[in-house]
Amino acid sequence: MPETAYSPRPACPGRAPLLIKGNEAIVKGALLAGCRCYFGYPITPASEIAETASRDFPAVGGVFIQAESETAAMNMVYGAASAGVRTMTASSGPGISLMQEAVSYCAGSELPCVVVSIMRGGPGLGNIGPEQADYNQVVRIGGHGNYRTPVFAPSSGQEMCDLTMQAFEVADRYRTPVFVVADGFTGQMMEPVTFPDPLPEPPEKDWAVRADAATRKNLISSIFLDPDELEAHNRKLQAKFREIEENEALYDEYATDDAKIVVVAYGIVARVVRSAIHAARDEGIPVGLFRPVTLWPFPHRRLDELAGRAARLHVFELSCGQMIDDVRLAIHDRIPVGFHGRMGGNVPSVEECLEVIRKAAREGGVL
Amino acid sequence: MNSPVYEPFLQKPRSFYDTYERKSGIKEVTHYCPGCGHGELHKMIAEAIDEFEIADRTVLISPVGCSVFAYYYFDVGNVQAAHGRAPAVGTGVQRARPHSIVMSYQGDGDLAAIGLNEILQAANRGEKMVVFFVNNAIYGMTGGQMAPTTLPGMTTTTSPGGRKVEDSGAPLRMAELISQLEAPVYVARGALCSAKDISRTRRLVRKAMKVQVEGRGFAFVEVLSACPTGWGMTPPDSYQWIHEKMKPYFPLDVFVDRTDETFTAPAPKEPVPLEKYHEVMRIDSSDQLSFPPAQPLDPKYANPRLKIAGFGGQGVLLLGLGLAQCGMMEGRRVSWLPSYGPEMRGGTAHCHVNISDDEIGSPLVSQPTVLIAMNQPSLEKFESQVAARGLVLLNTSMISKRPDRDDLEVLDVAASEMAQKLGNPRAANMIMLGAYAGYTGMIGEKTIEAALGAIIKKRHLIELNVKAVAEGFALGRAARG
Ligand SMILES: Cc1ncc(C[n+]2csc(CCOP(=O)(O)OP(=O)(O)O)c2C)c(N)n1
Ligand code: SF4
Repeated sequence: MPETAYSPRPACPGRAPLLIKGNEAIVKGALLAGCRCYFGYPITPASEIAETASRDFPAVGGVFIQAESETAAMNMVYGAASAGVRTMTASSGPGISLMQEAVSYCAGSELPCVVVSIMRGGPGLGNIGPEQADYNQVVRIGGHGNYRTPVFAPSSGQEMCDLTMQAFEVADRYRTPVFVVADGFTGQMMEPVTFPDPLPEPPEKDWAVRADAATRKNLISSIFLDPDELEAHNRKLQAKFREIEENEALYDEYATDDAKIVVVAYGIVARVVRSAIHAARDEGIPVGLFRPVTLWPFPHRRLDELAGRAARLHVFELSCGQMIDDVRLAIHDRIPVGFHGRMGGNVPSVEECLEVIRKAAREGGVL
Repeated sequence: MNSPVYEPFLQKPRSFYDTYERKSGIKEVTHYCPGCGHGELHKMIAEAIDEFEIADRTVLISPVGCSVFAYYYFDVGNVQAAHGRAPAVGTGVQRARPHSIVMSYQGDGDLAAIGLNEILQAANRGEKMVVFFVNNAIYGMTGGQMAPTTLPGMTTTTSPGGRKVEDSGAPLRMAELISQLEAPVYVARGALCSAKDISRTRRLVRKAMKVQVEGRGFAFVEVLSACPTGWGMTPPDSYQWIHEKMKPYFPLDVFVDRTDETFTAPAPKEPVPLEKYHEVMRIDSSDQLSFPPAQPLDPKYANPRLKIAGFGGQGVLLLGLGLAQCGMMEGRRVSWLPSYGPEMRGGTAHCHVNISDDEIGSPLVSQPTVLIAMNQPSLEKFESQVAARGLVLLNTSMISKRPDRDDLEVLDVAASEMAQKLGNPRAANMIMLGAYAGYTGMIGEKTIEAALGAIIKKRHLIELNVKAVAEGFALGRAARG
């Protein structure tokens, strides 16, 4: 089974947790994973990432630069990744839009890096409330060309740290940009986080341009003038993406064993819905939660399995419905898929979700 | 005129590849048109790399433009960048590998149009890189469109009637623009149109490279360069045109030269050993105290979901943080979620806190079991949300009305007045924290004291806050009877 149930990293014995903001936990996780260069531009609700990075990266001998724009920031990431160093940036939707050019170049040139998106309300300037309306931007990719990027979707402070660390490993393993996406709430929220030991220094990358004799002949480029060569390059990239789909899908489940209604939600929404499911179970409703931990690759096989035993699925998102497309594809539309979405920075209350679940149970005839 | 194109260089610099294997077709000649200035400038740069023996640590950033394939020729580390972004990419390379010598090579569309921000900002930061700027007054690669450097009246494929300054602005003088910034160490303009100009340009290139070898900072060399193809001229006419038309508008000069200043390169940064990371990043929790979980004085107070609200400045976020910190130190699961952004600028603030023996689902408290209202608007706004028979702590110093509902359990605390008596009205939040702990038993008094040490940054305020907590705690206990 190549799709894996997400198992949290075992707590470090004897180490106490610290109360910390999700945005800060991302920076700590990045440094513990060996990230050495941060380039960014401030934007609410992601600014604490740049603020923390401006203190912590130089403190460990790393690099922090406040770039002139997200365009420049992501191109700096492209440069540092070319040089073979673990590197990252972070922003929110409006800034991620500007980064897409360089993300595509990173994908084309096969450069590992991590991009964090703390989603806010859109489109346009929208507002700074929590939304999940940039799912398509990161999961369906926002840049040009044939590429995909792995996307991790933490839903707790601990996962902000752990999945960021994992993102760097995946980025290096496949030489690809990797996204970590969360919403404003997960970024602003404080929870106890236990920090692991730093990972050992990653080995030097022999494909990089490290400004030394060993790598002097190397070239970082996404140009393939000859149609056959570019097609071959694209096929190689696609093969890599298939491999990622095979190996890297992660999900989490709650009360799915006998679930006739399977709720699908990620990030902060999964947390709210989980509370609602807890309450619904008390009322005897056979409902469970399926939480994609990676949005791409989408853990479709496991969801399809669950759909085989369920009467219907219900998708909750802070958007007009974006992940729902992947849900329907995963289960080939073989059972009804309901949807509840909020936008504009509104987050549904537990009671609101509970009501939706009750209704879904009635309509699905599972009561 | 020694035009290098479509014939192998007589004496090829060592940092040029012998044959251009990355190129399709003929591997011995460059891809540039006859008479083009790019090849000549490439050769000068390669000669400087040879002279300083820096090929191993040199990284060339190729732009988008006719010189997009500069990496065909230079036997150095090569990175190809997006249109206009070479200075940002170069910044990334240089910062990641501080010993590197980074060269950005750009045309006028690349540098002066789409990449204007990147070049100005990199120059202004004083990035350690040299930028070679090929000013040929046109977009060569895309077929001769107008560039920011196209001369007034000059005909291009997108200025068919000649460049109109009223519509398109006047040509940008990049060397002059960059010389206005504080950081650049060396800024000069040369030309490639006569033997004299070529040898002068060679000296400028060499000097700019020397700035890099010495690690002094940012150097910029603009080069007026022929694009016979784009201009629709023969090479000799092109050189004449540079001389007659371009030089008067783009004067050859050295605009900044600070290479004589005494300079000591900063010592390289010592890497921090991995064992020190937690300490340096302030995530070392080894001295964090832990306490056994306090037991609620009534089972209904267990697993509280709290909403804490008041004016900005009343410390409601810190009050919530204190509760969460205590819960965590007592081994419970906790979450703290602030209202953030414009909501806070309106002058009110609130936060959501969960303290639980089980995994916490929603961090959002939509139906609080406990409301701590620090002012009247908070009570009015949130009273209706409170769960049936929930607990409400009222700062009666600021709230004159009573809750409308009669199912609520109310604890009155004149927190602001009590804090005032202690000498600082801002300690009202800590009086409330103490009152909640004393009344419900959900948090031990000792835990609070330890927690304050962790969350209050201004050390001298801790004592006052500890006192405030103690007063609140006593009041809460007394109210319980
Ligand atoms: C984002 C983007 N926009 C447009 C282009 C198309 N384009 C390629 S080269 C070029 C102009 C290059 O002109 P210049 O920088 O003057 O270099 P030259 O070819 O004259 O040496 C343009 C517009 C592109 N590659 N990328
Ligand atoms: S089009 Fe102009 S700039 Fe480009 S190679 Fe030809 S002469 Fe040189």
